[in-house]
This record gives sequence, structure tokens and C-alpha cells, in this order.
Amino acid sequence: MKLPTKFLFLILPTAILLGCQGTGTKSGESAAIEDKSSAASGATTSAAGDTGAFRGDALDDPAGALSKRIVYFAIDSSEVAQEDRATVSAHARYLSGNATAAVTLEGHADERGSREYNLALGERRGNAVRQLLLAEGAATKQIQVVSYGEEKPVATGHDETSWQQNRRVEISYTSRK
Amino acid sequence: MLNKQFLLVYALALWLPLGGAHAAPLTIEITEGVPGALPIAVVPFGVEGQGAPPEDIGAIVAADLKRSGRFAPLAEQDLLARPHEGREVNFRDWRVLGVEGLAVGKVRATGAGQYTVQFQLFNVFQATQLAGYTIPATSAELRRTAHRISDIIYEKLTGEPGAFNTRIAYVTAAGKAPAQTYSLQVADADGHNPQPILNSRQPLLSPAWSPDDTRLAYVSFENKRAQIYIQEIATGKRELIASYPGLNSAPAWSPDGTRLALTLSKDGNPEIYVLSLAAKTLQRLTSNLAIDTEPVWSPDGSALVFTSDRGGRPQLYRMSVNGGDASRITFAGDYNARGVFSPDGKQLAMVHGTGGQYRIALMELKTGALRVLSDRTLDESPSFAPNGAMIIYATNENNRGTLAAVSVDGRVHNRLVLQEGDVREAVWSPFSRRIMLQPDPKP
Repeated sequence: MKLPTKFLFLILPTAILLGCQGTGTKSGESAAIEDKSSAASGATTSAAGDTGAFRGDALDDPAGALSKRIVYFAIDSSEVAQEDRATVSAHARYLSGNATAAVTLEGHADERGSREYNLALGERRGNAVRQLLLAEGAATKQIQVVSYGEEKPVATGHDETSWQQNRRVEISYTSRK
Repeated sequence: MLNKQFLLVYALALWLPLGGAHAAPLTIEITEGVPGALPIAVVPFGVEGQGAPPEDIGAIVAADLKRSGRFAPLAEQDLLARPHEGREVNFRDWRVLGVEGLAVGKVRATGAGQYTVQFQLFNVFQATQLAGYTIPATSAELRRTAHRISDIIYEKLTGEPGAFNTRIAYVTAAGKAPAQTYSLQVADADGHNPQPILNSRQPLLSPAWSPDDTRLAYVSFENKRAQIYIQEIATGKRELIASYPGLNSAPAWSPDGTRLALTLSKDGNPEIYVLSLAAKTLQRLTSNLAIDTEPVWSPDGSALVFTSDRGGRPQLYRMSVNGGDASRITFAGDYNARGVFSPDGKQLAMVHGTGGQYRIALMELKTGALRVLSDRTLDESPSFAPNGAMIIYATNENNRGTLAAVSVDGRVHNRLVLQEGDVREAVWSPFSRRIMLQPDPKP
């Protein structure tokens, strides 16, 4: 279940080096990624940030609770599973302790059923994580919820193995302390 | 011919922010024919004057008629004669072949890129002319002229209007994440002449034709969230119509084209609203904690059907356009979504999920009787041809998104294949108002 995140970690910088115009949307791990897409063009530039420097921030601890940035869901469900509560709590604590930190919660669904319903379902999943973060001390202004529905799968197979990886909320830091 | 098509695509693609548009045509294959299709002969059209026409009108007409499943055009090598006008027809030749309808015609070059297409349709057994037209056309209009001829033949012989001279809009996706590109395309209903009207590096979905066939509303993620645009197809001019906080999605035109039903989550969770396009006023129609989305107007404009999971799972509900209580209308299966009315308002097509299989189903509104029309497992986005005869939908084959079409009686199946990448979210245009023809009884 954690594999997709790690893969993205590897793939994204490579893509940028190769000169691909990365969308930057799977930027879960890099705090310095900024979306400078212009409204007119729909094109996106990405800044990769100084990923080489260790800042000593808890967000950068590869073994810490904050290194988990994806919450998974059961089919047609937006309930955060008990096993993911600790992850969400850790992010809530970080947000409440770092007032300038902010996250985007990107909600996703698997491909089954209609695209528009899945768009709504992705938002509901994002909101479920948002409610938990707020309940544990994060502030409203620190959280954005965006749903991509089934439009951005991380696994492209057409079976449960792929679908369970796609029913997710990605916690993406848009700024840190 | 290919070159001309290619040039046309680029000449007409007026709004290409990212360039590099791929416009490979969809190829339509008939995967399942119909026993009992009406035998008909479409004789290759004659050519007169200087300069051969760039399109084979007779072949286009025959392919149209065959694709509908209602006709079985005679193979070209089986034709006993090749008349191009009525006085050359010997009806006995055609009775021997068992065809009931006979279409003949010719294309005359009248100037640079200018043609006159003449065509006649006969009832072979009665030896009578059923239709005759003389149609001026430029090179670029020849395919549409052929589709219009197909429409006339279809209507004369079945009693129902044809939908060949129409278009489809669809979304293509190419490349692998994170370098994926999306394109909103408009093509003729036979897959030819695809024109990208929008290219984006972010997802596009839910295209919806305006009732006058001139604009498309759609959802674009180009600003990193779902927002609704309306774009004029001929000019590429567009307007951001809904960009409230949260979701802006599922646009649906009112039958008179003055209002847009849509889904907004600005007030907390997805609800149905109606936006008046001239006054830009917004009216909220639903109010509950469940997901309400995918509104669609009844053809008479009085009611909306939408998807809601207020009962636990997604099902279709109906409510007045003035708001008020909604009543559940689907009960079979555990998942029913993306409802769409047949043009006569008597049926509703939908994504019907049962036992983990998602297929296109058709429900009689009067009786509630449901028929499953498609046979794969990830079918979605049904859309009726404007004459109500076929439903186009998105499916999945060999790990690629493809389009398919099925007749409403479930007997005719076509497959629309793109050379590469995924194709999805196809919507059939309303009847075209762009080529009007005057009958010419004695061409």
C-alpha cells in the first residue's frame, strides 16, 4: 500500500530531469513545490525545491508518522480506517503546531461507476480527512480539499489490486513551518 | 484525401493552447449485425466535370446505412448495373437482387472546389421515386452532404429521422502520468474529421452539447480543480461559467438552452443547482448531506433526474425543476448513475451496477422495466443519438478506454476505436441545423 508513494518519489525528479513537463500534482513529498499554472494556459511549471538539504523537520523523517501521506478507503466508503487514524492525527498535530503549514487533501476514487459520482466521492473522502484534522487541532485555513475523482489513478489495472490503491486521499504539503 | 483531411483539421482547430494536437480518427467497426436488415443498393456515384471529388459519396452513404444496423447494403461487386440517374434504372435488375431500396446519384464539378451532388432514391418493387435532391457543396461539405443523403434514405425507408449528419464530442487521454495530455474532440458521427477544441495537461470530463449544436459545456481541471467552461465550437471562444469553491461539475443544458443544471459543493457537499445563463443567477435545488450530482433535464424541461446516494448507494431520483421533494426512480441493482433521457422522454439510459459489473441499461419510465444493453464490466457515460435509435457509451477493452454504440433494442453493436490512447466521455450532438436542403423532385 505504501509502494505508490515511494515510486512517485523516484519518478517525479527523474521526469523533471528528462525535461518532461511534470504536472507537479503528485507532489506529496516535496514542500517547496509550487503551482504556478496560469489560468489561461492550463500549463504548469514546477519548482523542485532544495530536496538535497536536510532541514531537521519532522516532515522529513522517512520513518516518522508524517512520512505517511496517503489514506486509503474501502469501496464506496469515505470512512477513515482505524489503522490510518494515527497517520491523520500526526498530521493534525503538525498542522496545529505549525501555523504556517498548509495541506491540500487530494481525494480520489477507483474507476468503477460514473465519473461525476466518483468526483463527488473523492471530495467526500477529502472532507472526511479534513474533519479529522480539524477535530484534532488543525485550522480551517490550513486545509484545502480537491477531488480528482477517478481521473488520476496511481495504478492503472482493472482489478481490486489497482482499485484499492486508487481509492485514496493524498495529503500534500503546500507550505510548512 | 488524407492530406486534405489533415489540413482541414488544422485549419479548423482554432484554439490550441498546447499545440501538438493528435487528431487520429475513430474507426467504427460493426461488431454485431442484425438479421432482417433491409436490403438496399447504393450505386457508386457518377462523376462529371473537371476534377474528381475528394470524397466517395456512395461509399459514405453505404457505410452509414450499414452501421445503423437497419440496412444491409449490397456489396459493390454484386451490383448488376451502375445507373447514376433515374432514367438509367432498369428496376428488374434490382428486383432480381432482392433489394427494396435503390439509391443512385452523381457528383458534378462546377468550379474550383465546387460541386453539385444529385441523388435519387427509388422503391424497387413499386418502381417509384421516393426522394430526389440536387445539393450544391464545397469539397469540405461533401462528407456532410453524404451524411445528409443517408439521413434522407433512412427517414424515407424507416419512417424515423436519421442521425448521420450529426457529430460526437469525446475526451481523449494520451501518455503516462505525470505527462498525460487530455483533449476534447469534436468529430463527425462516423468518426471522421476529428478536431481538438481543447488540449490540456489536466483532466477534462462531462462535455455537454448546447441544444443548438453550437457550444459545449465541460469540466476542466486546468486550474487544478473542477471548473465549468462553455466554449463556442466554431470560434474556440470560451467562458469560465462556474468556479465556486469546491466542485463545479456535471453541466447539463436545459432543453431551451437558457439554463445550465450543475453540481456545486460550495455549500458543503455536492448539490444540484440551476444557473440562468443570461442573468447568471443561481438556484439551489437539493439540500441534504448525501451526494447529489449528474443532473439531466427531461426533454420537456419540467423535471430533472439526478444521481444521489441519500439512500445509501447511488440511485437515480427525479424532481421538479422548481425544486421540492425528489422521488427515487431506480430500484434494480445496487448502483444506478448518470441517467440520460431518450429524446422522446419515455426512457432513461444509465450506468447500471450489479454484482460489481457496470453496464449500460435502459429503463422504461412508465413501467420501470430495465433492460441491460451492454455486456462488459466497466461501461459508462451513455448518450443517445438525437433520433433515439442508438446509444454511444464508454467501455474498456484490452486495458484501453474505447467507445461503443448499441441500438436501443440491443441488437446492433458498433465499436469506435482510436489508434492510440484512451477515448471516453462521448456525447452525441443534437440534430444539426447547419445544412438545410430543399427537395428537388425532378433532378
